[in-house]
Amino acid sequence: MKMSDSRIIKAPREQVWAAIQDPEVLKACVPGCTEMSGSPEEGYEATVVQKVGPVKATFKGQVAMTDMTAPEALKLSGEGKGGAAGFAKGGAVVTLAEVEDGTELHYDVEANVGGKLAQLGSRIIDGFAKKMADQFFENFQNAVEGPGDVTEAEPEEKKSWLKKITG
Amino acid sequence: MPKDHGIGASPKRREDARFLTGAGQYTDDINIHNQAYVHFLRSDVAHGKITNIDTTEAAEMPGVVRIFTGADFEGIGGLPCGWEITDKNGDPMKEPAHPVLAQGKVRHVGDPIAAVVADSLEEARNAAEAIVVDIEDLPAVVNMKAALTSDSALVHDDLSDNLCYDWQFGSDTEVVEKAFSEAAHVTTLELVNNRLIANPMEPRVAVGDYARANDESTLYTTSQNPHVIRLLMGAFVLGIPEHKLRVVAPDVGGGFGTKIFHYAEEAFCTFAARQINRAVKWTSTRSEAFMSDAHGRDHVTKIELALDADNNFTALRTDTYANMGAYLSTFSTSVPTWLHGTLMAGNYRTPAVQVNVKAVFTNTVPVDAYRGAGRPEATYSLERVIDKAARELGVDPIKLRRQNFITQFPYATPVAVEYDTGDYVATMDKMEELMDLGNFDARRKESEAKGKLRGLGINCFIEACGIAPSNLVGQLGARAGLYDAATVRVNATGSISVMVGAHSHGQGHETVFPQVVAEMLGIDDSLIDIVHGDTSKIPFGMGTYGSRSLAVCGSAMVRATEKIINKAKKIAAHLLEASEADIELKDGQFSVAGTDKSVAWGDVTLAAYVPHNYPLEDIEPGLEETAFYDPANFTYPAGAYACEVELDPETGEVKIEKFVSSDDFGNVINPMIVEGQVHGGIAQGIGQALLENASYDENGQLLSASYMDYAMPRADDLPMMANYVVDHSCQTPCTHNPLGVKGCGEAGAIGSPPTVVNAVIDALHSGGHKVEHIDMPVTPSRVWAAMQA
Repeated sequence: MKMSDSRIIKAPREQVWAAIQDPEVLKACVPGCTEMSGSPEEGYEATVVQKVGPVKATFKGQVAMTDMTAPEALKLSGEGKGGAAGFAKGGAVVTLAEVEDGTELHYDVEANVGGKLAQLGSRIIDGFAKKMADQFFENFQNAVEGPGDVTEAEPEEKKSWLKKITG
Repeated sequence: MPKDHGIGASPKRREDARFLTGAGQYTDDINIHNQAYVHFLRSDVAHGKITNIDTTEAAEMPGVVRIFTGADFEGIGGLPCGWEITDKNGDPMKEPAHPVLAQGKVRHVGDPIAAVVADSLEEARNAAEAIVVDIEDLPAVVNMKAALTSDSALVHDDLSDNLCYDWQFGSDTEVVEKAFSEAAHVTTLELVNNRLIANPMEPRVAVGDYARANDESTLYTTSQNPHVIRLLMGAFVLGIPEHKLRVVAPDVGGGFGTKIFHYAEEAFCTFAARQINRAVKWTSTRSEAFMSDAHGRDHVTKIELALDADNNFTALRTDTYANMGAYLSTFSTSVPTWLHGTLMAGNYRTPAVQVNVKAVFTNTVPVDAYRGAGRPEATYSLERVIDKAARELGVDPIKLRRQNFITQFPYATPVAVEYDTGDYVATMDKMEELMDLGNFDARRKESEAKGKLRGLGINCFIEACGIAPSNLVGQLGARAGLYDAATVRVNATGSISVMVGAHSHGQGHETVFPQVVAEMLGIDDSLIDIVHGDTSKIPFGMGTYGSRSLAVCGSAMVRATEKIINKAKKIAAHLLEASEADIELKDGQFSVAGTDKSVAWGDVTLAAYVPHNYPLEDIEPGLEETAFYDPANFTYPAGAYACEVELDPETGEVKIEKFVSSDDFGNVINPMIVEGQVHGGIAQGIGQALLENASYDENGQLLSASYMDYAMPRADDLPMMANYVVDHSCQTPCTHNPLGVKGCGEAGAIGSPPTVVNAVIDALHSGGHKVEHIDMPVTPSRVWAAMQA
């Protein structure tokens, strides 16, 4: 499946560029991610626990960053193996553009699943993948923007992921 | 008054007592002391190169006995294909290796890569998770037409392309082309015969056992034909001679064709049991069944029908792509060719018929015979194009069919077969009567008053059953004979065990076969039992498929029983001090014609085994006879089907309101069982027409691999019983087998899909929607989309 979207992040482009390569930020932003380590040069090792329809699995895999043009664009690609649940793999081309309010982040995502995930979850996989991508970039936006935009009603809920991590 | 016993009676199925009380003994019920369990690690990619398999960590896990990979099977035979097709240039088909476990490459989702044998199934599964397999993805070959282009990836690297064979059959090209060029009208239709998954209620199971003391292997397996498995696996895969290999197929919960074939898991369990000197058991999960049981159908066809100015069919030409999947399953190659092409004349006297079939390798599960096997595909193409021609010409579809019926028998078709007997006018008459066609317009108006569209679908079919004359199929490339065998063992007190090569997995042989023997001997059928499914007990027979059991194995049983009668008459003649020629057998009594002297069946059988007063100088003691029967021809069941659908134009939903089948099965032994077979067959055909579809994405991922996504027909998809009429009163007995039977197991699944689709198209036209065709399954979304187009 393929999907794409854009969102405006109220932060300078350099800050966004740095955040997207930070394993701690990535760990906090990938939904269900329990472990993430590595660097842009060597790639990241990740463990993600997710439930897709009836299939719950722990995916272990690698994430690589390629085609990096600082601070404008990069390609994220990864493959996770979920054992008996099958596999998920995909890539996202992310571009960052300077705009008036900060940085426009645009992404084109392509995702594929195989094995039991495809067999049992094919009807829901598109919606699931879109939800995962939305959550990731939502989390990422919150992480980068920090608490500045938080509405006062739910301060705990909206506390910046980045702030949580970095204290 | 219907008969209450013997031929033509409908006793309740005796096997149902154990099935319905949970006392059936299926393969999964067989547990052998100290057995181990195997879990297969299967590919979750459609196509890839195996670069590494690391079992080190897995092998150390608790309970693991041994882990096998493709390397363990090097030098061991692959799974053989049972039918060699010669292509139109005279070359043999391409026949790639089919390893037990993948070697070097994986070629479909579900392809077994490694097998973990452990003390428990749970331990085997856990260890399989720890196996590290590195696979370099290759582009998946999924679409058949794309598979034949020069830039397609190759499913088998050692082949030059993905074409298994390019087959042509029937009338000469010049003859066909001339007929088309002279035609007053030509109707063309392109259609898909959707890929199906058989889904027997019982998944496949295999238990391999080995007795080191006498070097004997036993395989318990869910098979329709244990002797075929013993021959294929013993001779071609594992090299075990027949006398050291026993194959047992106990109670089997449905086959539908997909349990004919020899599968890797059977060979694996037999092989592994010898290696580890322990029984090895495999029970397929439902998920595994979806991606490892051979699938069915999957044809893409263009069909053209030529007619003259008087609407006589003058020529028919087909061009079909048939999916073989990743490997050649046991009888896969025969299905789109000899089981399909030879039926393309249908019930009609079309003088020129040519069939073209390209069989294609793809990265999908192997495709093989499924209830009807080739004949449903032929019938669907032919009857859909006839229906379209009738609409284009503005003639009544029944009239067009009647006008072109074959009426003289025997009839030699342009596609090699000779129909021995039939009466297509009679079955059509009967169908029209049962369908109450005179009131159809009133029913249509009623539907329209409710805002619905009502359609009437008509269909005729013929099939070739009782497969098959061995010398003929040998010429056509079969690597087996297709006779069958039966042994009638009469015991001392007169009871009888009949050992048959046929296998019953829902057909009711245990009830029907004794009815025949009881009728011949004039004794009570409770004295007779059938023994089947164990190569150590039964003579070498070829098993059950192609609606052949009664026509072929039943004929062998009749021949063996005739031998019993001949010998029993000799014994009776001795006991009665009469001439053998004067002995008559009636109601279980041997009597001397014209006298009141007689001896009972039991007196004769006892004399045979306690031969104190016995002509020992002339005949041997005992009363046991075996016969092998090789049919002289196929049998040709045929029929006329009709259905009425009600279509909701708001949603596209199709509801079957009434279904009528009028079949000619020749003589019928047990009408109740025949009706049950047809009811079930039609239900399966309705499933294909409206619901079922095995769907792959462009990466070769099987998307419909559970009952969430693969729609099986349910009771509420079928008409109520009063409107679900199966009739077999038109009977033209087969002329060349002793029972005059033709076979009824597949008819319903062959005749019903085009009937349903023809009805849907008719409904749409009645509402002003000029839809020419909708591919199966005719789902509400497809109907709705066609209406909006």
